[in-house]
Amino acid sequence: MTPMTPLLRLEGISKRYGGVRALDGARLACGRGRIHAVLGENGAGKSTLIKVIAGVVAPDAGTLELGGRPLPFAGPAAARRAGIASVFQELSLVPDLSVADNLCITDPPTRCGLIDRRAQRRIAEQALARVGAEDIHPLAPVRELALSRRQMVEIAKALVRDPEVLLLDEATSALTAADVASVFGVLRRLRDRGMAIVFISHRMNEIAELADDCSVFRNGRHVATFPAGSRPSGDIIEMMIGRDYSSVFPPRARPVPGEPPALKVTKLSWEGRLRDLDFEIRPGEVVGLGGLDGQGQRELLLALFGALRGVRGAVAVNGVEVALSSPRSTRLPGGGIALVPEDRKTEGLMLAMSVRDNLSFAAIDQLSRFGVIDRAAERAAIDAMIEQLRIRADGIDGPVAALSGGNQQKVVIGKWLMTRPQIILLNDPTRGIDVGTKQEIYQLLRALAAERAAVVFYSTDYAELIGCCDRVLVLYDGAIVRVLEGDAITEHDLVAGAHNLEVAAAEPPA
Amino acid sequence: MTGRSDPASRRGEDLRYWLAAQRGPLIAAGLFAAMFALFVTEHPAGLSASVVNTAANKGVLLALVAIAQTFPVVTGGLDLSVGSVFVLANCLASAVVAGTSLQVGLGVAGVLACGVSCGALNGVVVVFGRLQPIIATLATGAIYGGVALWLRPTPGGAIDEDFADLLTGSAGELVPVSLLVLAAAVLVIWVPYRRSAVGRAAYAIGSSEQAAYMSGVPVARAKFVAYLLAGLFAAIAGLLLTCLTDSGEANAVLGGSYTLSSVAAVVVGGTSLYGGSGGAIGTLFGAFVLRTIGDLLFVFDIDALSQPLFLGVVLLVSVSLGSFRLLRVTRRLELYR
Repeated sequence: MTPMTPLLRLEGISKRYGGVRALDGARLACGRGRIHAVLGENGAGKSTLIKVIAGVVAPDAGTLELGGRPLPFAGPAAARRAGIASVFQELSLVPDLSVADNLCITDPPTRCGLIDRRAQRRIAEQALARVGAEDIHPLAPVRELALSRRQMVEIAKALVRDPEVLLLDEATSALTAADVASVFGVLRRLRDRGMAIVFISHRMNEIAELADDCSVFRNGRHVATFPAGSRPSGDIIEMMIGRDYSSVFPPRARPVPGEPPALKVTKLSWEGRLRDLDFEIRPGEVVGLGGLDGQGQRELLLALFGALRGVRGAVAVNGVEVALSSPRSTRLPGGGIALVPEDRKTEGLMLAMSVRDNLSFAAIDQLSRFGVIDRAAERAAIDAMIEQLRIRADGIDGPVAALSGGNQQKVVIGKWLMTRPQIILLNDPTRGIDVGTKQEIYQLLRALAAERAAVVFYSTDYAELIGCCDRVLVLYDGAIVRVLEGDAITEHDLVAGAHNLEVAAAEPPA
Repeated sequence: MTGRSDPASRRGEDLRYWLAAQRGPLIAAGLFAAMFALFVTEHPAGLSASVVNTAANKGVLLALVAIAQTFPVVTGGLDLSVGSVFVLANCLASAVVAGTSLQVGLGVAGVLACGVSCGALNGVVVVFGRLQPIIATLATGAIYGGVALWLRPTPGGAIDEDFADLLTGSAGELVPVSLLVLAAAVLVIWVPYRRSAVGRAAYAIGSSEQAAYMSGVPVARAKFVAYLLAGLFAAIAGLLLTCLTDSGEANAVLGGSYTLSSVAAVVVGGTSLYGGSGGAIGTLFGAFVLRTIGDLLFVFDIDALSQPLFLGVVLLVSVSLGSFRLLRVTRRLELYR
């Protein structure tokens, strides 16, 4: 093998999830002794790519070569045996087992067919020491560790078997600065010993500090590969954006200035994941939450909805303070807070029940008298909602599961509209939905705003934030780092804010 | 920034983590010790070999069935057929364990093989049929019960007398042999299993099946083995039951009551029904706790009609201890997961 042959090479990798194309002929090559950063927006296909290499996702097409030989896509265990180790965004630790058990879970040391606990303990202590996490006790159950400690265990676990290729998907997102320094030191040493490291990070400064090469992905396609530091960050942002806009957005309304806020949030904090958030939303305003995925946007919505425990700070709806003790407590006289959740199939719908039943669940109190459901009123309200949502009429009495994703999402939204909420929270409502239904949902948002509801809208799609929102709060690490308003909401500013870069940093560095 | 600790405090921490991991079995063992002490002091005959022997024989039967239940529960599953396998093994043993010592030996092996086959079938249905364990084993349990009824339409049969006396007597006039059988089964099967890779895999699956899969753990094999061993332990219990009763009966009520009690014993023994924690040692004491509750109600002359009520209350209290962890949950949606 010549030194020019990359250790890891992917060609023409494609993967579809239903109608969504996650990867489209993607390629990547990483040589021995190189640290390769993969960059791209949310939904660019970075995580899917890493999962393909790790054997967790089998692609529809494409080839993977390791050391010049093709490697079949035969599952995570096979990839691991071939020398590919991975650290995922979603932690892959088993919470009830001890740290030592977890570190050796793939291939425990055995003696006479039984696990050799002494050897395991030794391996665990060495592995923890290698990443500089000697403070973690090998016998501690993973369940009891803080998130940053778990992530250190996760990294140690990936290194236990001396892999040739190490994949890191946002592996440092929860680490403290001291941990990051220690992990980076380890990664550099491993690189110098010939390991190929592919990593995803949304922190541009980490990429600048660590990477040898960078590859940019967009819409599941490979855009460019270049040595780290050879392009100004402004150019990199351009490469990550450059997307075609296929959606048409309804025109914005001008909210009346000087009106009292419909939603006033003061010093909202939770578990270190939300940090002292302060903002106000006027009636009839659509406010977007921007930033990279996982910076606290989902937690903010859940906190406002009363689904988190231990939230500090104050939330007032039209001047009345709300106790955020449960989703029931956020229903107020005159309309409360509604949440269109992240996962419509588990959190939004009772899939086996009919469209009618699903629509009236949240509003059942308003449609009942003395605890008895007023069937006629229920029927009338549901019919009106179906009319407004334009749900295809042939499936109304059938199970929601039979509807398309877009229509299912309309049912989730309709369920809350029936309660006439004053505040509507939407968690990425258009994900995995076709363009036509997306447009209907945008129009619905505007119609709600016109009826003086305050809308908080989280989307991982920047185009939606630009097209739909009157204002965008960009979150980074649980805090609002930037507020963009009106025409100032541009993709460039959103991306820069999401990476917590000053706009000035988009200029070529001196 | 790392709290590098000296060896002495490390050993202290080791002990603390070990104790935390053994909390369930220790609580169950302590509870049993206290209850049994109360039982023998109140018992008119006091601590005699026959009192201990009777108590042991009853307890061991449930302990074996409950340990059988522990294997699937650790993986996050449930086996509703353990009682039926127990009864089926009883019916089979009442027919085949007789004759020369070689024939008796072959008969015993046949009964155990029958249990293993039942367990293996459960494993196949759960793993490859991808059915929910609770419904899959409800169905297979009905089948095993049906086979038992076909073997023994009416109660009857017998078991080799010498073999029965051997298993139900007391070794050296003191230690009940059934207790030794239980100890041997735990030492020879459970302890190595707990320390094997496949046993570790079972805990990993019960704790987080997704993480286990992502870590390259053999998920299918570990589940299959768990159900298989459940069948084996249920068959050992069935064999012992035949020794105690010297007959076979396809008693569906008995099977059902053992199935339900086995789940209760597992929970009392500190094993979470969500899977991933606990083990057979705790279950063993859990089973003895359940049996001793019945004995205590007896020696305290509690009306037989209110015994189920007391049993239920005690069970509810022990099971509630498991839900304290929910008080620490900060994301309310997790309460419903």
